[in-house]
Amino acid sequence: MVLLVNGVKHEVTVDPDVELLTVLRDYIGLTGSKYGCGEGACGACTVLINGKPTRSCITPVNSVAGKEVTTIEGLEINGKLHAVQEAFLTTDGFQCSYCASGMILSAVALLKNNPSPSEDAIVKAMDGNICRCGTYPYIVKAIQLASKS
Amino acid sequence: MKNPDYLSHPFEPTKDELPPELKYHFALDRRKFLKLTGGGLVVAFVVQDMFSFAGETSSTGSSPDPVSGVGAWIRIGEDGKVTVYTGKVEVGQNIRTSLSQIVAEELMVPVSSVTMIMGDTDLVPYDAGTFGSRTTPQMGTQLRKAAATAREALVEMAAKNWNTPATGLKAENGMILNDAANKKIGYGELTKGQQLLMPISDKVRVIAAKDWKVAGKTVPKIDERTFITGKHVYVSDMKLPGMLYGKVLRAPSYGAKLLEADITKASHIPGVIVVKDGDFIGVAAPDIKTAGKALQAIDAKWDESKGQPSRENIFDWFVKNASGAGGGRNPGNTKGDTERGLSEAEFKHSKTYNIHYIAHVPLEPRAAVAEWTDGKLTVWTGTQRPFGVQEELAAVFKLNKEKVRVLMPDTGSGYGGKHSGEAAIEAARLAQEAKKPVKIVWSREEEFTWAYFRPGGVIEVSAGVNKDGAITAWKFINYNSGGAGLDTQYKVSNQQIAHIPSNTPLRQGSYRGLAATANVFARESHMTDLARLIKMDQLAFRLKNLEDDRFIAVLQTAAKAFGWNGSKTPGHGYGIAGGFEKGGYVGCCAEVMINSDKEVKVVRITQAFDCGAIVNPHHLENQAMGSIIQGLGGALFEAVDFANGKILNSGLSAYRVPRFSDIPKIEIVLIDRKDMPSAGAGEACIVGIAPAIRNAIVDATGIPLNNLPMLPNGVLG
Repeated sequence: MVLLVNGVKHEVTVDPDVELLTVLRDYIGLTGSKYGCGEGACGACTVLINGKPTRSCITPVNSVAGKEVTTIEGLEINGKLHAVQEAFLTTDGFQCSYCASGMILSAVALLKNNPSPSEDAIVKAMDGNICRCGTYPYIVKAIQLASKS
Repeated sequence: MKNPDYLSHPFEPTKDELPPELKYHFALDRRKFLKLTGGGLVVAFVVQDMFSFAGETSSTGSSPDPVSGVGAWIRIGEDGKVTVYTGKVEVGQNIRTSLSQIVAEELMVPVSSVTMIMGDTDLVPYDAGTFGSRTTPQMGTQLRKAAATAREALVEMAAKNWNTPATGLKAENGMILNDAANKKIGYGELTKGQQLLMPISDKVRVIAAKDWKVAGKTVPKIDERTFITGKHVYVSDMKLPGMLYGKVLRAPSYGAKLLEADITKASHIPGVIVVKDGDFIGVAAPDIKTAGKALQAIDAKWDESKGQPSRENIFDWFVKNASGAGGGRNPGNTKGDTERGLSEAEFKHSKTYNIHYIAHVPLEPRAAVAEWTDGKLTVWTGTQRPFGVQEELAAVFKLNKEKVRVLMPDTGSGYGGKHSGEAAIEAARLAQEAKKPVKIVWSREEEFTWAYFRPGGVIEVSAGVNKDGAITAWKFINYNSGGAGLDTQYKVSNQQIAHIPSNTPLRQGSYRGLAATANVFARESHMTDLARLIKMDQLAFRLKNLEDDRFIAVLQTAAKAFGWNGSKTPGHGYGIAGGFEKGGYVGCCAEVMINSDKEVKVVRITQAFDCGAIVNPHHLENQAMGSIIQGLGGALFEAVDFANGKILNSGLSAYRVPRFSDIPKIEIVLIDRKDMPSAGAGEACIVGIAPAIRNAIVDATGIPLNNLPMLPNGVLG
């Protein structure tokens, strides 16, 4: 099966029902996407499929064949951070940062659809992502900062 | 091998906040230390006693302060770079940053020249673990002294070099300057070709907090860029050459005994290793799917333990199974005559507060990678106690501790929930058999079921009060939830306070703030009820009964920022609560509204926090924020559901934790007490939130909620 991840084609030999998260992490070596719950309830595994935020821990790998997968590793281009990453870096809001990749990709997708979201819109869009360290107010701030850039 | 599921937790919940028994690791630490001394460097020892066996001391005197037992080393390389070796670990509390600031401040170097080597048992001196909010007050204090000792030594060396008195010299930006002679020399150049070992001096002059230039300021999280680009390698991300993926067969319920198991089918799957050793059955395979299939192919029969208590009857169970008076760190306090104080009171008030078990839910579950090389075991694992896990591994595998290396890369959080080494033991046992590295990452369900919980408990409170606000008696009995935060800070001449351990059916252990959350909830709820009984303002009643200036200050500061005495919205409720824990004082105000469907909405929270001199304001605010938000979950809806030895809500879709939409408007006011030593800040801020909200709800509705969580279904009644 050929996967298109961050613009690079990867040939993987794997059962079609294996979760995309496992393939990204164990087969392709992109470990920025995290396992948090295995049931799409925490958002740590969020990647973009054709630009849409998707829980890779409950997405069978065969369902993304031929689609564009973007992971956290694909946001930084030639050493230049994505504007959303820059905003998170400036805000310095994370603690353990295990949720960071999922938060950032969910935020990227949100801002693509709605470049100037209200606080309510941010909360609604991000509500599927858990930060157990409780840094939510800083994440909202980072998204607001990114929306201004 | 015993199944690690059944290994008792190394701490019972109250003991774990004790300074641990003094353990001497000098011989081991000395050998580690000597390996460091390759090139030219200055090293400041912290553990003064280590020199009793060495001839190379240049002791500058040290006090017998037990805190000096905290070990850390500072090395200044020939390149002038500073490396700090400490057993403390980074779980998101940003101590890698704050400890670097402390060292940079005293050594007069930029933060970027400091590298922290943390939690690697082969490289750093022994440390009991990262818990109890002790990193800043103890390790921070020791590192300040160590760095200041090194700075003074550098000045002395420069003075000798230039044959000039040390008094005219100063340290600045990694160099020693002689302004009068217009000379300067870098630290690296000074220490080149020398080996200088020294104990720290408790008498060394450290820089006063009011003069701090690097500490006391907001410095961004070290290595933050690696985290936001997905490049940081957590243990669960690791992959070693030839590594297998492990899984462990779990019992169907607590206390279940393995009767028999047929592993034949699983063993015949190509590439699969099966280990059956006593109660332990685990598999390892080249990929995680195959490991899962192998586990399913095992036919195991279990004898399940009957008659275990469930969530429904757990509170009766705690009281019935209470095991004698007193116990734990804080066995309680009796003075005066409580019964007489109660009988003489103008008003009496008795309540029972029930506390449910809750889970830590670190977003990165337990994970370990283990590798055996020539009889030496190396394990990378996410733990708050690398040396504790090293001891567990040495005991289980009957190895000398020097044959076990535990490394702790910065980990996906802990909150007191990662003191133990289950995944490390499991991965090591599988790797031993497979003769290849093995990685184990617990599933969320395993983390919810086989880790340990914050204890549940029952707290019975009886108090007497007079109309003028004097508290005549205070009886406070805590069953099982623990001794932290047990004592009252309010003036009461007749008091009986005790913590009585019980027989817990679930595995329980440390948690952020641990029992202080439950004890402060019961105490501060009761205080507001007493104020209401005598129709006195909640804040005024507290102030009348407090003597501690810092406690008074946080309540007043929170109240002022909140607008406690300002205009109130009709129908809304207002509550206040305060607490003192781990050296930090917290005052918390809450506003709630209740809609026609009896849904409670927390409108806003204002919290004032005093933990002494602030080391990093932004990261401190972040810790306070995290505590408030984590506290919101335990206050309102988090609870472990269980029956017949099974956890019934072992997933994140069933166990609710706070999300974006749960967060009220939060205002944090930090009080920077530069005249006070810095206390740890990761825990105290969790204690005020639940009682402040509870007191706001009773203010709005007259309904006193006496259980944690208060609103498991989101609605009143």
